[in-house]
Amino acid sequence: MTFTMKQAGTMKQAGLALAMTGALSSVAFAAHAEEEVQKGGTAVIHMISEQRILNPGLRASTGVYNITGKIMEPLIDKSYEGYEPVLATEWSGSDDGLTITLKLREGVRWHDGVDFTCDDVAFSAMELWKKLLNYSSALQANLESVDCPDPHTAVFNYSKPMPLELFVAAMPDLGHPVPKHLFEGTDILKNEYNTAPVGTGPFKFVEYERGQYVMAEKNEDYWREGYPYLDRIVWRFIKDKSAAAAALEAGEVQESGFIGVSMADVERFSQDDRFEVGTMGYENNVAHSTVEFNHRNPILADRKVRQAMYHGLDIDYAIKTIMHGYAKPGRGPIPSAGGINYTDDVPIYDYDPELAKQMLDEAGYPVLEDGYRFHLRHRPAPWGEYTQLWAEYYAQAMKEIGIDVEILTNDAPGFLNGVYRDHDFDTANGWHQFRSDPAVSTMVWLRSGQPEGTPWTNQFGWKDEEMDAMIDAAASELDVEKRAAMYHEIQAREMEELPVIFAIEHPFISVTSKKLHNHHNTPRWNSSSWYDLWLEQ
Amino acid sequence: MTLHMPPILTYALRRLVQAIPVVILIMIGTFLLLKLAPGDTVDALVGDMGGADAAFIARLRAEYGLDQPIWVQLWRYMVKLASFDFGWSFVYEQPVATVLMDRVGTTLMLMAASLSIAFTAGIVLGAIAARRAYSATDNLISILGLVFYATPSFFLSLMLMLVFSVKLGWLPVGGIKTIAAFYTGWDHVWDVVRHLIMPTTALSLIYLAFYLRLMRASVMEVADLDYVRTARAKGAREGRLMTHHIMRNALLPVVTLLGLQFSTVLGGSIVVETIFTLPGLGQLAYQSVVQRDMNTLMGIIFLCAIIVVVVNFLTDLLYARLDSRIELA
Repeated sequence: MTFTMKQAGTMKQAGLALAMTGALSSVAFAAHAEEEVQKGGTAVIHMISEQRILNPGLRASTGVYNITGKIMEPLIDKSYEGYEPVLATEWSGSDDGLTITLKLREGVRWHDGVDFTCDDVAFSAMELWKKLLNYSSALQANLESVDCPDPHTAVFNYSKPMPLELFVAAMPDLGHPVPKHLFEGTDILKNEYNTAPVGTGPFKFVEYERGQYVMAEKNEDYWREGYPYLDRIVWRFIKDKSAAAAALEAGEVQESGFIGVSMADVERFSQDDRFEVGTMGYENNVAHSTVEFNHRNPILADRKVRQAMYHGLDIDYAIKTIMHGYAKPGRGPIPSAGGINYTDDVPIYDYDPELAKQMLDEAGYPVLEDGYRFHLRHRPAPWGEYTQLWAEYYAQAMKEIGIDVEILTNDAPGFLNGVYRDHDFDTANGWHQFRSDPAVSTMVWLRSGQPEGTPWTNQFGWKDEEMDAMIDAAASELDVEKRAAMYHEIQAREMEELPVIFAIEHPFISVTSKKLHNHHNTPRWNSSSWYDLWLEQ
Repeated sequence: MTLHMPPILTYALRRLVQAIPVVILIMIGTFLLLKLAPGDTVDALVGDMGGADAAFIARLRAEYGLDQPIWVQLWRYMVKLASFDFGWSFVYEQPVATVLMDRVGTTLMLMAASLSIAFTAGIVLGAIAARRAYSATDNLISILGLVFYATPSFFLSLMLMLVFSVKLGWLPVGGIKTIAAFYTGWDHVWDVVRHLIMPTTALSLIYLAFYLRLMRASVMEVADLDYVRTARAKGAREGRLMTHHIMRNALLPVVTLLGLQFSTVLGGSIVVETIFTLPGLGQLAYQSVVQRDMNTLMGIIFLCAIIVVVVNFLTDLLYARLDSRIELA
């Protein structure tokens, strides 16, 4: 039951890859490191969407982490140097992969003064992470029990092997313990602390004014000596992107993340000396802009048609015009920030409309009397301005190669029902976020047999038994390098078969006032605790 | 023994009885209309969360009662509504009544201030324009009115924000109070007033044009009537003629519009509240639609229906007061 050197080395490697991805940000922040820290002040952060639940142990969502990451801490977090101990100080896995042991930090207290112990971890894992937390309930399906041999040791017991690497990679998002003494014996979904969180983090929850803001204040009893620097953090909900841009300019808000202002304003702020604009701090939140096919349509079930359509898309043009350069071409279901599991040694589809036309002719879809080869109904996801623009570009590009695409505009529930439940579409586009490890996120887009109607899973009518077997094998492979090789094969096969086009890989973009210091210094910064964030007064 | 009630009470009672089926029909119609929209609150919730597994989705749907047939859902809702139980907001995790009560004050404040300004400025400017019809003053007032009327509220709001918050730094960009300033007493009142200046201006400028145009036309029409000419011939001064003879009669159609517009101002407040992040019913309505928060949305509709019914009743009372020929019966 030891954490082998081999594992340690590989994790470091993954961390280094991330460090390189964050190189730009490191340069930008080097200057701040020398400045004298100013304590106190209130940082005001813009958020587009209001969060109904403020419990990361119950809701896995970047919006939830953006607020609660400062109040409730995960067992393990991620830095540019690799995985970082937070509430767990050490972790190790047994050789058979059936047991994972965590050493927990001592001397940590919940915000109400009660000690944090293994009982909290065991309760959270069995009652929330396994049963109620989205994404986690699939990940922890084989978790049988969590033993507490002493108050600061937690032993996770699995019925099937759980790779330590996968467990650790999942913890920053899916490993937030809740205080057992406030949740046990209650209806967890309706527990009052779901909207008034009690955690161990550097900031304590103060109030949630619906429709306006959430406020948290400094935790004087925080376990990291001398932190946090800020007195207070306020998250302001501003739905209108132009109003958010005005709030930034007027100095009422110091940061807007997750592309919270329009791309035109992003461009404008990047020219403004008062702000820093960039993709740093999102390496763990990379998303893909996609083209999703309904394989129930016999035309789209033909692999050659899908490949031809990929040849018809000028990805570089789309990146330049839609994402203003803040993106790169996708290389399958694992983004370049995926560390050791990523490879770019995969089939690629250069922009070649003539080849696309030829392939469509060969596939038996010549141009007909109406000027088109065939007609498609396309549903764009309503999230983000660039998603709509990408849909419009896609329709335009398809027209060039003789495919008519009708765009069906809908709001979020309409999109989710139309695509994932009713399958009332030919193609769709949206974005899907990669969450540290392929087994936690993107593989659900490829694995068949997903429960009917589940959003962001393979509801596309695509089934490939060989791919299913590869995905299952990789999820339980304990050897890190063998596992990575398996994901490289999966990536290559996906790029060959193209059940989904993972067209553009893009992190999110932040606009940050230069008055904020030590910002975007981890690969999941908006979700992290901000214990070292400070504000120039 | 016959119970003799004052006419106004009889009238009020009759109007109340008439209003009940109207409100019930509104609620049933709205419920069915909302159910026609694709997706429900669970879909919106899952969309916000970035995904969830099927078991989780099914459990939420059962918990919210969304797995029942629409008629069962409607019946359950209407039965609860009969006892003024608006249900539970699954988005805000609070009783809908609490959510509404938290928001209604802001909206009423915004609407009252906007309508008062629009109405007062509209009738004054309309009267001035009419008395100086076809002059440069009239042209200027009329053109300005039309410009404000033709300007979309979101654009007007953003321009105000750009000038007074971003460039001049005089007023806050949005919200109802300065967060973390912890003002109390009159400081708090002044802080709220400062936050309401721009949204109120944006909303009132749009509606001002209605009153202005109508008042101008109405004054010009009344000023030509025989009784005004007679009064003038009998030596009434122009000021008295305006206030006592012309205005009183010219106001009748404008007052009617005031009652009718109350509901449209509620609609206008959706845009203004969303842009200025004012925690009112308008912003709540927008979010409830996006998030398919049926109970909250139904609660808002109910509240609005009641407000409109009451305001129309008050308008009729005012109408009778202004024109003695009209009797409440």
